Amino acid sequence: MSIAKQHELHKRRFGRNLGVGLVLAAFIAIVFGMTVVKVTSGNFSAALQGNAQVQNGN
Amino acid sequence: MTDLSTNTTVSAAQPGEARFGDYFALLKPRVMTLVVFTALVGLLAAPVPVHPFIGFCAILFIAVGGGASGALNMWWDADIDAVMKRTVKRPIPAGRVEPGEALAIGLALSAFSCVFLGLATNWLAGGLLAFTIFFYVVIYTMWLKRSTPQNIVIGGAAGAFPPMIGWAAATGSVSVEAVLMFCLTFMWTPPHFWALALFMRSDYDDAGVPMLTVTHGRRATRVHILVYTVLLAALAIGTGFTAVGGPVYLAVALVLNALFLKGAWEIFRRDEAESEADNFKTEKRFFKLSLLYLFAHFGAILAEAGLAQFGLGGWA
Repeated sequence: MSIAKQHELHKRRFGRNLGVGLVLAAFIAIVFGMTVVKVTSGNFSAALQGNAQVQNGN
Repeated sequence: MTDLSTNTTVSAAQPGEARFGDYFALLKPRVMTLVVFTALVGLLAAPVPVHPFIGFCAILFIAVGGGASGALNMWWDADIDAVMKRTVKRPIPAGRVEPGEALAIGLALSAFSCVFLGLATNWLAGGLLAFTIFFYVVIYTMWLKRSTPQNIVIGGAAGAFPPMIGWAAATGSVSVEAVLMFCLTFMWTPPHFWALALFMRSDYDDAGVPMLTVTHGRRATRVHILVYTVLLAALAIGTGFTAVGGPVYLAVALVLNALFLKGAWEIFRRDEAESEADNFKTEKRFFKLSLLYLFAHFGAILAEAGLAQFGLGGWA
């Protein structure tokens, strides 16, 4: 039997690894997207300005 | 040198070698559709606009939280799932996923979904999701399900929280409208599951789950379905006159509640011989109608919210 022959077990593992990979990629995309939205939203900018004013003693 | 590809004795159901789909099945994707839809309605019906990406993330995290509670439910209930025809093919009783794996996935996804919902929206929404998972897993699955025939009535609260979480994600608070959407699902759950229990009767008997059909008999279950359907109809139609209601919702509610009441009345009037003669046709029809009932009510709330964008929704 050829060593290169794919067993059904390998297909299952590949499918599972592919699924986990896609989930991780989606997770990264979500965290990145959330960060972009939060940073560009008005609340975040206002909070940063507020912090800066406190640090400057204004 | 050996290679696993030459080992032809590996079973397709070998533990630890599950497909990705088996892990996804732990999350009860069919139940998740209800969670996603009702949470989406709660989010969009809220008077506070949410950034589309944040809204998408909120619904995703609520869905993941719902799925996590499903995985924990399958972990705890693996013994009775193996007995019931309806659940015997689930990943754990079928031997495709180890119970420990389901526990780990459930716990990890629970923590992830609550924390990320809190970060994406607010901590009230994250806290409500955490409470919902706790309620479904500990109060319903571990405690009520095997100890009282009221399991479905009280446990139904877990499935009723998603629209409230969606509302809280958008507004940061819980108002009367969110409570009404909660009550709608809460009151809908008992007749929905009791109809199922009537035509899947041997399942709950075999598993020893104290469903109303087992503890109080099938006649009492038919009476309960009618009583709860009457109460549900009053609530559903009454909701039409509140802030989340309007002419579209009221029209949908009137038609569907008339059909639902008719179905409950027919179930009430039937006896076991009649039901067995036509293989529980009326009960099965009522169960299918109950699915349409909930989706249509929440769809109508969504339609009212959509029309409000053009100054048409609601009674104003």
